[in-house]
Amino acid sequence: MELNFSIEGGDFTQAGQASSRVKKVLKQLGVDPKCIKSIVIALYEAEVNVVAHAHRGQIRIQIEKDKIITIIEDEGPGIPDIALAMQEGFSTASKKVREMGFGAGMGLPNIKKNTNELQIDSVVGESTTVKMVNYF
Amino acid sequence: MHRLPDTYHALKVDAQKCIGCTHCMQSCPTEAIRIRNGLAVIDKKRCVDCGQCLRACPAKAIFVEQDDLDKIKSFKYRVALFPAVTIGQFPENISENQIYDALLKIGFTHLYELEQPIGFLKDSIKEYCRKDKKARPHISTFCPSVVRLIQIRYPSLLDNLIPRKAPHDLGAHLALEQLQNQGAQRDEIGIFYITPCIAKISSVKSPLGEKESIVDGVINMNVLYNKVRKNIRTTDIPDTSDRRETLTRDGILWSLTRGEARHFGERSMAIDGIHNVIRFLERLENEEVPDIDFLELRACDQSCAGGNLTAGNRFLTVERLEHRAKRYESSSKFKDHPIQRLAPKLKSKLISDPIDAKPVFILDRDREKALEKMSKMQRIICFLPGIDCGACGAPNCQALAEDMVNQKAKMSDCVFLQQTWQEENKISTSKALKNMEKKWGKDRFKADCNKRGRRNEGF
Repeated sequence: MELNFSIEGGDFTQAGQASSRVKKVLKQLGVDPKCIKSIVIALYEAEVNVVAHAHRGQIRIQIEKDKIITIIEDEGPGIPDIALAMQEGFSTASKKVREMGFGAGMGLPNIKKNTNELQIDSVVGESTTVKMVNYF
Repeated sequence: MHRLPDTYHALKVDAQKCIGCTHCMQSCPTEAIRIRNGLAVIDKKRCVDCGQCLRACPAKAIFVEQDDLDKIKSFKYRVALFPAVTIGQFPENISENQIYDALLKIGFTHLYELEQPIGFLKDSIKEYCRKDKKARPHISTFCPSVVRLIQIRYPSLLDNLIPRKAPHDLGAHLALEQLQNQGAQRDEIGIFYITPCIAKISSVKSPLGEKESIVDGVINMNVLYNKVRKNIRTTDIPDTSDRRETLTRDGILWSLTRGEARHFGERSMAIDGIHNVIRFLERLENEEVPDIDFLELRACDQSCAGGNLTAGNRFLTVERLEHRAKRYESSSKFKDHPIQRLAPKLKSKLISDPIDAKPVFILDRDREKALEKMSKMQRIICFLPGIDCGACGAPNCQALAEDMVNQKAKMSDCVFLQQTWQEENKISTSKALKNMEKKWGKDRFKADCNKRGRRNEGF
């Protein structure tokens, strides 16, 4: 089955909408709570990334019997050096975003920690696509 | 001491009184209620005994079973085990001595305010929190509704629960210990727990994290309140202060909001009200909260002062108890008290068994079937109006869709959908009316000024 969400950049109050919905669905499917937790954490981080950095984004989620595939595509500045962005503590978040308690440079590393497969593609100045796969 | 089957739930619906409205169904935080044949039906697996439905019911049709007060007569030693909030029910001009005296007049022989010696429980929780590093924040197991909620809806947080029993176990063990030391036999002692809430009844009848309950009977606080009021004496009031010798300030405040949180961790939080608790647990599960050491979560607004079986106004109760607490010493002043002799024995009885998950929101045990049902639900939702009116007998459109895929409801249960079907001549008007009567009771839609539920104004 599929779930789709759209995210507006800059609207921090909306971050967490997709992860909350996905959590409810996975609970109804009887997925292991620890597995749900990882997915929800990764998805929430990804949502925050779009809100904090991009103009807008789309989330497409496909749930199969043994896995969940999440694709987050945004229109935004892109990531010039993905390897650098994957390092803990590295952040390009603005002062304003940091003041709101985000942008500690833990986003992408935290996503990596909580997903089985992670693929990030980015075109600088245009878009970033994050694909995450979690097996139940 | 008795053992009861699986999960006991105290909440019952009185079919004679239930008017088949939707107030209870809409108020339930776990969507445990449906209307069938014009009556509210509670799904025992989903119910967490929070009592929101009891508060919402305009017909007082939701009630709780309790033990008959006469049951105390069959014991030689009759212990009233009551929380400090009991005292807070009464107006300030009725003194502690008068209340204690009235309880003795009713027929109890021994009186124990159950939050004593609270220092034992406090130390035991502190020791656990210091040693256990596996899951933070540590979550108090004080409120049984919250524990049941975590069991059914937040199983990933079960490791965070502190495996310690409730103050009523502490009080009961103290009473037993002291009476048995005076030569009483266990079967001569009847311990009657006076409860401010429904959840405590269920937790006594089918304990969480312990094999059997130590309590012999449960009495609702509002029932006892009336009895005590009738037996208040205004002259020759005896001094009963020796019966409160080990009661402390911390004990009196324990069941109020922040009563626990104030003692534990560098950073602690207290949240009351079941809907607030749910919103917070959602966040906690997503790790959207800062580093907190200790969480006190209570289902009722103002914690036990707002218990659903209390008689007083919850804010006045809190005020009286806070005022009362000032006259008592802090539990740390009891370090050299003779009661400390009992510490090792009582503390060992406060440890509870681990609590298991009881996930009840799974659509199907078979993942593939669950996925199928989920996709079907998504398709059904497209046809439902999204008004969440409850006229189908389910609390909202999403819940109706869920009931449908579980074969507990059908498309025609939606009154709006049925209306459009009539328009398209897919269903006859008489068939449509019959469908509605099936859900809401026969003759429900005829004009009748004496109909059940006709006057719902004013709540």
